[in-house]
Amino acid sequence: MSVLVGKNTKLIVQGLTGSAGTFHAKQMREYGTNVVGGVTPGKGGTTHEGFPVFDTVADAVKKTGANATVIYVPPPGAADAILEAADAGVPVVVCITEGIPTLDMVRAKRALEGRTGVTLIGPNCPGIITPGECKIGIMPGYIHKAGKVGVVSRSGTLTYEAAHQLTTLGLGQSTAIGIGGDPVKGMDFIDCLQLFEADPQTKGVLMIGEIGGTSEEEAARFVKANMKKPVAGFIAGQTAPPGKRMGHAGAIISGGKGTAAEKIAAMRDAGIAIAATPADLGKTIAPLVS
Amino acid sequence: MKIHEYQGKELLRKYGVPVPKGTPAFTVDEAEAAAKAIIAETGSEVVVVKAQIHAGGRGKGGGVKVVKGVAAAKEAAQKILGMQLVTHQTGPAGQKVKRLLVEQGADIARELYLGVVVDRGAGRVVVMASSEGGMEIEEVAAKTPEKILKQFVDPVVGLAGYQARNLAYGLGLTGDAAKNAAALLVTTYKAFVELDASLLEVNPLVVLKDNRVIALDAKVTFDDNALYRHKDLEALRDLDEEDPAEVEAKKFDLSFITLDGNVGCMVNGAGLAMATMDTIKHFGGQPANFLDVGGGATAEKVTAAFKIITHDPKVKGIFVNIFGGIMKCDTIAEGVISAVKQVGLKVPLVVRLEGTNVELGKKMLADSGLPITTAGDMADGAQKIVALVQASKGAK
Repeated sequence: MSVLVGKNTKLIVQGLTGSAGTFHAKQMREYGTNVVGGVTPGKGGTTHEGFPVFDTVADAVKKTGANATVIYVPPPGAADAILEAADAGVPVVVCITEGIPTLDMVRAKRALEGRTGVTLIGPNCPGIITPGECKIGIMPGYIHKAGKVGVVSRSGTLTYEAAHQLTTLGLGQSTAIGIGGDPVKGMDFIDCLQLFEADPQTKGVLMIGEIGGTSEEEAARFVKANMKKPVAGFIAGQTAPPGKRMGHAGAIISGGKGTAAEKIAAMRDAGIAIAATPADLGKTIAPLVS
Repeated sequence: MKIHEYQGKELLRKYGVPVPKGTPAFTVDEAEAAAKAIIAETGSEVVVVKAQIHAGGRGKGGGVKVVKGVAAAKEAAQKILGMQLVTHQTGPAGQKVKRLLVEQGADIARELYLGVVVDRGAGRVVVMASSEGGMEIEEVAAKTPEKILKQFVDPVVGLAGYQARNLAYGLGLTGDAAKNAAALLVTTYKAFVELDASLLEVNPLVVLKDNRVIALDAKVTFDDNALYRHKDLEALRDLDEEDPAEVEAKKFDLSFITLDGNVGCMVNGAGLAMATMDTIKHFGGQPANFLDVGGGATAEKVTAAFKIITHDPKVKGIFVNIFGGIMKCDTIAEGVISAVKQVGLKVPLVVRLEGTNVELGKKMLADSGLPITTAGDMADGAQKIVALVQASKGAK
């Protein structure tokens, strides 16, 4: 088993005909993901790289039975694309787009409030992968291998580091979820931890956070109170200066809040094993799941 | 993007938020003329001369003077303009004052605090107010969090009238002062949203003796992601306030931040870039910068990044740490080789490549004949660069 996506996932690509959409749609298909079509307004009825194109998400869902979507729409239209997917009843919405205005996401989240059956991953994230079954996003597929560790991370490349180490060590991943680097987003650590705790294939979780906000602290409290499975982790940005946005819109220490030290202390307090460097992520979880 | 106080007040004024009468000045003569005009218009001799730099804590650093009369205003302008203003936010070197704001004085009854930000946990805009005006809000939050009042705003509704009143009465205001404060809060929220701000802080927000409520300060930061729909705001950018290396990096769409150490870093991905800095520190080194070349970097972009790093004389070694996903390792190798050929290599260079086309990338580096040390993983790479930098120091 795995979480959110797997063999039965039927994926559509919003923004299919753009360069990122085209490139990654092909990569995902090559990996084995069941990509059933794409959406580009104005190009409905055509075929692009062998994928049927639809004008609207609703139409794509009706004709293909899609149950997941991935968004490569540029920032000005990305929040709208999220809402379109939710309105069409797509249960898993993955938004890769980086650079969406924060207040667009505030409005989009408000519109998603109270809706059940829609899970948003991202934006500004690498996506989600259940190795050997379904890859949705931009991560390199070959570094992953089906296995027993769940991965949840705010950073794309650090997720790759973690996955690569788990694969090399023979532990593999049940599912790896990149929740993204934006301040206002869909799934957060706790949502993912809950799913991993309930998933029989997952024997332990690697959680990779970074400076900014307090969701790692909240996740640590959740782990302490609710999780039986072992958790190991890392926080990036221990050397980051306050008040500077470190690449990700959400990676900023502001008003003295969101430092790596606070997050690490909270995680240690919850019994989460902390890797000294990202090169030790795999080694840190290995003894806990063997 | 940050802007100056006078620019923030100008924007707030357009939305109808009451602010003092004031004029920006770039020279002492302009400041003198501004003071003269303000005194003539208000009939009061009291004017305030305020240094305009982006950092906070200007008053404590001697960058704000309340004076009486044109001559005193001129004298204050002479003192402040051109000074190297040091505050808790500028670092020890301080920031040179090149602009002033000359403003009318205010007959203050109470000083309050107003802040508007996006609350990440709630995913909503929060309007915060406190009776502790003029103080560092971080300090208030740490010592007396109960003194910070908050209202979370439904984006569909906006800041509702009752929410504004809750804040105003919560601050202990009554009568006209409460009404005026509530009106100001609603307008300020509107300005925040329409300008796509990420922070709008008025500290202090003051109640005057005649019960008017005005913004005596304005600190506005815009959401960089939303600037594309506010082309007019771009004109407010003051490049003197920004690090030249960061400005140069932005031209190439690179995310770059200068730090104090001596190990230059080039990494793909923000999280990995931060983690690389942390790993260098873990093994006893100090990172000289944060640099994310992004997922879709070209060889040209990598070359530009390399030039920016080597331009910093502090840099005594460079660590390139790449986990290629979309970014191919041969692209990185090509960029590094081309950069070294163009700008030369005066310091040790350690390269760690992993991911797509890693073997090809490694072969290109090896075949280049350049003195490049390769590393197996990022911990290995960090240890190698730290050792090389320390060895080169010892040799001198």
